[in-house]
Amino acid sequence: MTDTAAETHTGISATVEHTERGLLDRNELAALVARDIPTGSYVNLGIGQPTTVADYLDPVAGIVLHTENGMLGMGPAAIGDEIDTDLTNAGKIPVTELPGSSYFHHADSFAMMRGGHLDVCVLGAFQVSHHGDLANWHTGAADAIPAVGGAMDLAIGAKQVFVMMTLFAKDGSSKLVTECTYPLTGLHCVSRVYTDYAVFQVGPDGALVAETYGISLAELASRVDVPLMTA
Amino acid sequence: MSRVSIVSDPDAAVAGIADGATVLVGGFGMAGMPVDLVDALIRQGASALTVVSNNAGNGDTGLAALLAAGRVRKMICSFPRQSDSWVFDGLYRAGRVDLEVVPQGNLAERMRAAGAGIGAFFTPTGVGTPLAEGKETRTIDGRDYVLEYPIHGDVALIRAHISDRMGNLVYRKTARNFGPVMAAAADLTIAEVSTVVPVGALDPENVVTPSIFVNRVLDLSAEETAVESIGTEAS
Repeated sequence: MTDTAAETHTGISATVEHTERGLLDRNELAALVARDIPTGSYVNLGIGQPTTVADYLDPVAGIVLHTENGMLGMGPAAIGDEIDTDLTNAGKIPVTELPGSSYFHHADSFAMMRGGHLDVCVLGAFQVSHHGDLANWHTGAADAIPAVGGAMDLAIGAKQVFVMMTLFAKDGSSKLVTECTYPLTGLHCVSRVYTDYAVFQVGPDGALVAETYGISLAELASRVDVPLMTA
Repeated sequence: MSRVSIVSDPDAAVAGIADGATVLVGGFGMAGMPVDLVDALIRQGASALTVVSNNAGNGDTGLAALLAAGRVRKMICSFPRQSDSWVFDGLYRAGRVDLEVVPQGNLAERMRAAGAGIGAFFTPTGVGTPLAEGKETRTIDGRDYVLEYPIHGDVALIRAHISDRMGNLVYRKTARNFGPVMAAAADLTIAEVSTVVPVGALDPENVVTPSIFVNRVLDLSAEETAVESIGTEAS
């Protein structure tokens, strides 16, 4: 049942150009990712922008959030008297527990990931290759202190890895690339890339455009230095 | 008589930790950080330590204070860089502490392997990345894996919620994090707890870390009583 739902959401029957509107803002992007998470999924939302996807999940869809510091059934951020320093998310923000939640230690938490038990993981990225390689942990700058956290485990663990990011870096270069130039987080691990200009399916065959927002396919193809397929 | 020693004096709890020891320190950020034990370790004075912990200290207390005291030669952690990791950042940039960055799941599993007597294991995490460079790889059933070795601790300092007088531990919410894994991975496991209850008071079905993995328990409720009795207000 869940598999059928997943195919309905993520299978691309025809590329859609939304040229009558502008590009997606951050909230619209989060809502779009939330739309594509199948009912009943176990999901990990990465630190930062991916965390905002939780605000757009349908409460009746039965989606269970995993946080890698040891909890399933994570609820919204804690406010006021709810704040408990023993109950935080992976970003160390105080959160709440929902009915049916559970706690477990780190080795079990990462077994859930590495063992392929999570349905979807949503991560940010510096770069994604059209074959699904991910770079999101290190800029490679000489003076940067390396810090990986759970990024590499998440990248290779979930059944589907969604990336959400802006399509273009501040210098205007495309973050969807043929080969990542930033240090890699994982190889061939990303299945979907959600950006402000377009949604892509990536993998062994390359990048397929699912939808565009505020840009035509032709203009998108001219600005992204990656061969683009359409359905 | 139980093998575990229950103490109310933090300094007694950390007695005997040697210079150069590998110390596993529980906690994810400050949740589950054994602050009283780490403070006692600073007073105890052991130096040239290798510290294994998810983060490299937050703010100025706990692990950050141990780093600031110059006792740590090497950090093995997954995520040293945070908004409040200024102590580690300064030491690292000054070349005064070594750093081994390990993916978080590999960090947990390497300690789990140590506690479980596993010689090494192949994991898919990190394959093809800079953190797997120079490591042995193998293709198993068409998937690539990298060989990772256990991380064994001379000492584990962890925080739990309740211990019984045998050293059976239960934790509280996400403060559990690395505690159970580290408890099994060290020769000497020291747990600080909010409360110690009599043997039989914990439901055996709910024990998370069985007493066999615990050597010393620091009873923080006893410490609070002692503090109150001399009229000092705890902060």
